[in-house]
Amino acid sequence: MTETGLQPEAIDLDPPAVAPERDLFSKFDPLIAEREALLASGVRDPFAIVMDEVRSPTEAVIKGRETILLGTYNYMGMTFDPDVIAAGKEALEKFGSGTNGSRMLNGTFRDHVDAEEALKEFYGARHAMVFSTGYQANLGIISTIAGRGEYIILDADSHASIYDGCKMGDAEVVRFRHNSVEDLDKRLGRLPKEPGKLVVLEGVYSMLGDVAPLKEMVAVAKKHGAMVLSDEAHSMGFYGPNGRGVYEDQGLEADVDFIIGTFSKSVGTVGGFCVSNHPKFEVMRLACRPYIFTASLPPSVVATAATSIRKLMHAHNKRQHLWENARKLHGGLTAMGFKLGTAEPESAIIAVILDDQTQAVAMWQALLENGVYVNMARPPATPAGMFLLRCSLCAEHTTEQLNRVLALFGEAGRATGAIG
Amino acid sequence: MSDREQTFQTVKAQIEPFNKKGVNIVETTTFQGDLEWDSLTVMDFVAAIEDEFDIVITMNMQAEIETVGQLVDAVDRLRA
Repeated sequence: MTETGLQPEAIDLDPPAVAPERDLFSKFDPLIAEREALLASGVRDPFAIVMDEVRSPTEAVIKGRETILLGTYNYMGMTFDPDVIAAGKEALEKFGSGTNGSRMLNGTFRDHVDAEEALKEFYGARHAMVFSTGYQANLGIISTIAGRGEYIILDADSHASIYDGCKMGDAEVVRFRHNSVEDLDKRLGRLPKEPGKLVVLEGVYSMLGDVAPLKEMVAVAKKHGAMVLSDEAHSMGFYGPNGRGVYEDQGLEADVDFIIGTFSKSVGTVGGFCVSNHPKFEVMRLACRPYIFTASLPPSVVATAATSIRKLMHAHNKRQHLWENARKLHGGLTAMGFKLGTAEPESAIIAVILDDQTQAVAMWQALLENGVYVNMARPPATPAGMFLLRCSLCAEHTTEQLNRVLALFGEAGRATGAIG
Repeated sequence: MSDREQTFQTVKAQIEPFNKKGVNIVETTTFQGDLEWDSLTVMDFVAAIEDEFDIVITMNMQAEIETVGQLVDAVDRLRA
């Protein structure tokens, strides 16, 4: 052996293919095959849309075509609000483009604190904690507050971020049937009395746009001594006297212990949060890993969020117009014979239920080619294996835009056999 | 009939409405491999079992159960 010891082997520039049994990607073969079969049928890829220009909360240019946006979560149309944009520009110039650090160390700037102040004002709550995304807010809060030997009881149709929060933590996880008060009561009744319990609910369920019977569910949770978390991501700004969400609309402000929300829907930027009146809530900043071990939001983002949240407190006209739009679209689609996710317009999400993937993609493409973008949703994101075209409304959609949307839905529905 | 055999028979009866392929149910039958259940079917089935035996099978426990025999053992343990 020479002094230089072991020599690294020369890099093989033409390595042999990985043996199939060792290729970690083999498990994705069914997914790859399904996608290839879909694209081979000649349709456009529903999961590869690029907005080349965005002209307003309701209009974008996709492949050179002016398109009405009916599949974003820009419920209150705040993304182009002049005050919101001005706040973002000012923060960008004064504080720079990013924080380069964690909230816990060097990543808390003036506007992070101000966004938390704005949330406390909006929700009338004592504590507010801003996360880098809504996903991380659920991940962090759920995985941290329920520990080993304790229980999380969640609705079967919960969002992926709630399931992932359960998976990341050490608590025992129990599911109940979607929106079933009786099922929740039964399961809570079967659990041991002593351990702490967290019941996780959502105000609006985002796939079908249905609202939870929170009043009855919270009463059942309290009867069994559980704490309650409500994810109000899809309700902020337009339910309840102050726009706080479904829990406010159903008079539960004193009973829900934790509210989870997001900046990426009604607020119109990106980020997530939890608000609470729990006297010890601030300890979360020292214990919650998805809060600590990630970079904080850029100053411009939190500045736009703070401005937008304060404007949402007084956005009564927008709120009213959003509900008018939801009623118009729901009523028009129902009259044409489409099968919808809810019998009444319960939220700003109107889900059209279709027979299968072929029909859903064909309709989705027909709408897109005529200048209307909606979301296509399929299992496993959807409940009960449904294929959906999900429309989400914006307070800024005009009557003319919705008339055009309804006309195009009629044409595409008849062409694909979705309606008679 | 032993208690365990009785539990097995009850579980077997609960499987039937979900047994679309008409698989013969024995101790070693697997839910994913033999019955080819997807996650939604598993969820409905677990809820049915929980209500039948008045127990709770947490998602943590479900992750460990692959065969009918393992489920029968878990049910008996939870009822004890």
